[in-house]
Amino acid sequence: MRPPIYLDYSATTPVDPRVVDKMVPFLYDHFGNPASRSHQFGWEAEDAVEMARQEVASLVGCEAKEIVWTSGATESINLALKGAAYFHQERGRHLITVKTEHKATLDTMRELERHGFEVTYLDVREDGLIDFEALKAALRPDTILVSIMYVNNEIGVIQDVPAIGEMLRERGILFHVDSAQATGKIDINLADLKVDLMSFSAHKTYGPKGVGALFIRRKPRVRIEAQIHGGGHERGFRSGTLPTHQIVGMGEAFRLARVEMATENARIRRLRDRLLAGVQAMEEIYINGSLEQRVPHNLNASFNYVEGESLIMAVKGIAVSSGSACTSASLEPSYVLRALGRSDELAHSSIRFSVGRFTTDADVDYAVDLIQTKVGKLREMSPLWEMYKEGIDINSVQWAAH
Amino acid sequence: MAYSEKVVDHYENPRNVGSLDKDDPSVGTGMVGAPACGDVMKLQIRVNEQGVIEDARFKTYGCGSAIASSSLVTEWVKGKTLDQAATIRNSDIAQELALPPVKIHCSILAEDAIKAAIDDYRSKHGSGAELSSADQKAA
Repeated sequence: MRPPIYLDYSATTPVDPRVVDKMVPFLYDHFGNPASRSHQFGWEAEDAVEMARQEVASLVGCEAKEIVWTSGATESINLALKGAAYFHQERGRHLITVKTEHKATLDTMRELERHGFEVTYLDVREDGLIDFEALKAALRPDTILVSIMYVNNEIGVIQDVPAIGEMLRERGILFHVDSAQATGKIDINLADLKVDLMSFSAHKTYGPKGVGALFIRRKPRVRIEAQIHGGGHERGFRSGTLPTHQIVGMGEAFRLARVEMATENARIRRLRDRLLAGVQAMEEIYINGSLEQRVPHNLNASFNYVEGESLIMAVKGIAVSSGSACTSASLEPSYVLRALGRSDELAHSSIRFSVGRFTTDADVDYAVDLIQTKVGKLREMSPLWEMYKEGIDINSVQWAAH
Repeated sequence: MAYSEKVVDHYENPRNVGSLDKDDPSVGTGMVGAPACGDVMKLQIRVNEQGVIEDARFKTYGCGSAIASSSLVTEWVKGKTLDQAATIRNSDIAQELALPPVKIHCSILAEDAIKAAIDDYRSKHGSGAELSSADQKAA
């Protein structure tokens, strides 16, 4: 059996072969510890780490000195939120985030709540975007930090980070942005953005897993408390021997993103629109999240009158993500789609397609054909589809709960 | 999701998918489950003058196990009398399809669907059986 077509680039990306080629010498010949100051092995490694730091900084428009290496976006988010909250807790103990954030943010906020902080979880509009006025209304005199993701991992919508940053800076409130899904997809220029802390991941942008970075602004200087203590690496913000090969990989991946982003995104948008057209050729399809304020890589659609788990079984020829975590007894619909106001049924029967650097027209055509055939077959088998076709309103039926 | 071969077979090649005319006096219709719970099964039987089920059809909105359970019972009820069909137990279905514990409710729903279809047929023929509450009609 042929392996499934990979359409899950928002989960992770393959490492670009050019990135792998750059990494390998740092596992063999250049294995030195970048913290070794007394010999050539250490100097080589340190040079490579600093070049990579400059590449990351160049992609997002900041100074290399403002980049701290971490093990990934989850660690960056933990360091940003806990580090800022604990450092500034004398000023206030109120934090704000959004219900559609990644678990790395939501679970860290929950942990801070257990340590005496108060957190407001903002609703989003039906299109997945934040209501700017609702955010303003949630601000309090003791609010010290707001955390918002630039690009949503499930629905790909882009929040208005520039406007939110301006508003928060005026009020002296720290602003953390989770950009794990944004690098290489949208232009980020931290020289203009009023953002204090920004989290990055390598493996969503064709780099290796296990490495990420946190931007910590120097002008005006942002103070946070370290969460991992040890040898005082990374100017004390994050101790631990640096994984040179991973860092080199992230640097090269971000360099490629900077150089190729414009042409790549045009190609990817064309592929996504081809996929969108194929999906929308069917009836009773609901696109989740704004189509305008959205990265070109993402399509998230719900297929009405088809049950989620059977849909996943049906599309096993393509590797995609589902709105329902149906591996266990309890069917948990996506909390992101629920936050948009989608019913449980529509949240369950959703699929996130994410295309990327190695997706081809043939891949998209295969996916469209598969979806149309399989959804058609499941609907032919669905009594709800039959009722819909007969003009019966499913919601008007008295169903016996079981 | 490790489905048994039999579940996959019924899911890939479902038997007797379709609908019979629910207003036909020889047809009994059972519809059980609820969309919010993730399963709705519609099972229909056509009963001849000797009281034997000569045809069965299903439509199911649900997971692979729910589709397989309903597909299987359409095969099992054919050729049975109403009384014989009413003896089909959910445990027989679960055993035949090797359903894991979290999917037992699919077999229960399939048993309920048979009973609802039989009740519907009997209510049309005034044999005193009460209309099953599980036999839903559009409001």
